[in-house]
Amino acid sequence: MTDTLQFFIDQQAVPFQPGQTLMQAAQAAGLYIPHLCFHDGLTPHGSCRVCIVEINGSIRAACTTPATANLQVHSETSALRTQRRQLIELLFAEGNHLCPSCEVSGNCQLQALAYDLGMTHYEFVPLDPHRQNDGSHPDLFIEQDRCIFCELCTRSAQQQDHKNVFGIGGRGADTYLFAQADSSRLADTAITAQDHAAHICPVGCILPKQGSYQIPIGQRVYDEQPIHLRGNHRPDEQDATP
Amino acid sequence: MSETRVVIDPVSRVEGHGKVTLLVNDAGIVTQARLHIVEFRGFEKFIQGRPYWELPMVVQRLCGICPVSHHLVAAKAIDQIVGVTALSAPALKLRRLMHFAQVLQSHALHFFHLASPDLLFGFQSPVEQRNIVAVIKQQPQIAIKGVKIRKFGQQILEAISGKRIHGMAAIPGGMNAPLTPEKIQPFKQDVQQIIDWCEETVKLSRQLTDQNRDFHLQFGLIESPFMGLVGKNGELELYDGNLRVIDARGNILQDQFPCDQYPQLIQEQVKSWSYMKFPFLTQLGSEQGWYRVGPLARINLCDFIPTPRAEQARQQFRQYAGAPAHSPLLFHWARMIEALHCAEAIADLLADPDLLSTDLQRSGIKQKEGIGVIEAPRGTLFHHYQIDAEDRVTMANLIVSTTSNNQAMNDTIRKVAQQHLDGQTLTPELLNLVEVAIRAYDPCLSCATHAVGKMPLQLLLQTESGNSLDQLTRHTDGHISR
Repeated sequence: MTDTLQFFIDQQAVPFQPGQTLMQAAQAAGLYIPHLCFHDGLTPHGSCRVCIVEINGSIRAACTTPATANLQVHSETSALRTQRRQLIELLFAEGNHLCPSCEVSGNCQLQALAYDLGMTHYEFVPLDPHRQNDGSHPDLFIEQDRCIFCELCTRSAQQQDHKNVFGIGGRGADTYLFAQADSSRLADTAITAQDHAAHICPVGCILPKQGSYQIPIGQRVYDEQPIHLRGNHRPDEQDATP
Repeated sequence: MSETRVVIDPVSRVEGHGKVTLLVNDAGIVTQARLHIVEFRGFEKFIQGRPYWELPMVVQRLCGICPVSHHLVAAKAIDQIVGVTALSAPALKLRRLMHFAQVLQSHALHFFHLASPDLLFGFQSPVEQRNIVAVIKQQPQIAIKGVKIRKFGQQILEAISGKRIHGMAAIPGGMNAPLTPEKIQPFKQDVQQIIDWCEETVKLSRQLTDQNRDFHLQFGLIESPFMGLVGKNGELELYDGNLRVIDARGNILQDQFPCDQYPQLIQEQVKSWSYMKFPFLTQLGSEQGWYRVGPLARINLCDFIPTPRAEQARQQFRQYAGAPAHSPLLFHWARMIEALHCAEAIADLLADPDLLSTDLQRSGIKQKEGIGVIEAPRGTLFHHYQIDAEDRVTMANLIVSTTSNNQAMNDTIRKVAQQHLDGQTLTPELLNLVEVAIRAYDPCLSCATHAVGKMPLQLLLQTESGNSLDQLTRHTDGHISR
């Protein structure tokens, strides 16, 4: 008989299996660490940095840090909450996240984290990008200026749908999401509305062309519960073909 | 002959900012009035490139007083784009209920909160008195009815769309959710009281007009054609129907004009001094073809109102004011007749079991263009959209009620100034009378004196060459300085 492996998040014991990351173990234990680019079942990306935790005075991404026995991890500290909020504020400033009319308002993980972390206004000057939206696909619409470059769609298409659909191009403020086709148009890729990649975007970038605004206010994912209780979910995540 | 220029700047709450310039000649006669909309909104431009299904949600942000009108008229246009020519009966009834509630709450706001201080206390009453707080203090029985009528309408909006302002309900081809018996029940309990209060307010409107009949009927009096929607039998119609135009004598110029052919009926003229366009009836030309829309237009041009108590009120109004009635202050009376109609129509709809039906959506064959027309609280509202092959908006043309009344407001202000400008002396009273004239048409143009938080207002008198002769400023703390 072997002892259960465990580490500690804010002094709470978290059991883990060898090979699990801090994020995976925390999720399995029902502990919420804020995140955007992590999705169970996909290769960790570590790009959004919202899941930062403190370990022995250094800041690490929980989604890419392996769990180690007896590790003391700090997550819900005032300093970390401030840094996470600033990361969310930067994402808002980099894109055009106009919640009042956005069709994923109430279902949006970026918006939910902004509420949860206490974002009340734009702290950083918005870059106000103007990229060309892609409506070429018969069932899907790409709202380029809402992409947060988490690459969940890229990884989902490759690892779950086994297709090469999305990529990230450009640098800095000129970074953009592109379709993996000679034309760079989504219509010329193999994606379908039933693919996992069509149901994984945490914000309002990859949109279905049918069924918008169907869920009444009060019944949306984050109308009743904040994201730290509800977790990262989309209302249509079950619609992807298994 | 040289001209003197009088500037009222800003006229506050013009969805942001506006000002009024009066041009006065050497004889002290006001030759021209210009209501400038100096803030550019740009909705028609920045919704280009957006997915079409987003429009009902985006464009309702044009306004915080009548967002539902923009929400519904955009949805009507988008219905055409998704190829839906007829909604399901339950969806249509839900939209109509939503629209009646919107017009009711908006009319209550316009009459009680914004106009009633003038009507109850007089146009020359002290500035401190000309706001809803003073009405609550001095005429609580009237103010409370106004607040509760508005609340009733807003609660219906919340029940249908999830929020009192900027909710979410109309979607391409229908509505997103039905009502429930639990949501409907409180409205059924209250609606008869609301109808009674609206009827009392119609009587109050007549009484207030009667108390100072000559002043009311002559104040800013201009004559014009009128335009609005009517039903297929000529009845008052706020959500659907076709267009009717009558001339200043009441003769029908156009009847059952199809809404989707509106570009043949009206055109828009641009003037260098305002961001607001000047629509005119094509058949009468740009000089003679300006017209009025809104409650007075609708009451003037319909043959009847399809609810009994409002129809009785309409008949009494016509006997009193003539047909068509032209005095701008009669907009308020007509407004409350419509509020009464909305309350009655809401009562009828609340009894309809279709409100509980989930048969709410239709679909069809995609089109590239959609034109929606509706009667917003302030008048006929046009939304016209075109999309490309990738479902992105390529063209948007929005003709809002305020725009249709643009020339009429200019001419009414000119008339008021002619009636009340004393030589070249600017007075706070004149300033308020100009605002009273604007307010008869549109609460979005309501001014500082009715703001609970006091808005700044500047009145400037200058020669054509720009030399300042006189200046009057109302500051944010309410005091007036020269």
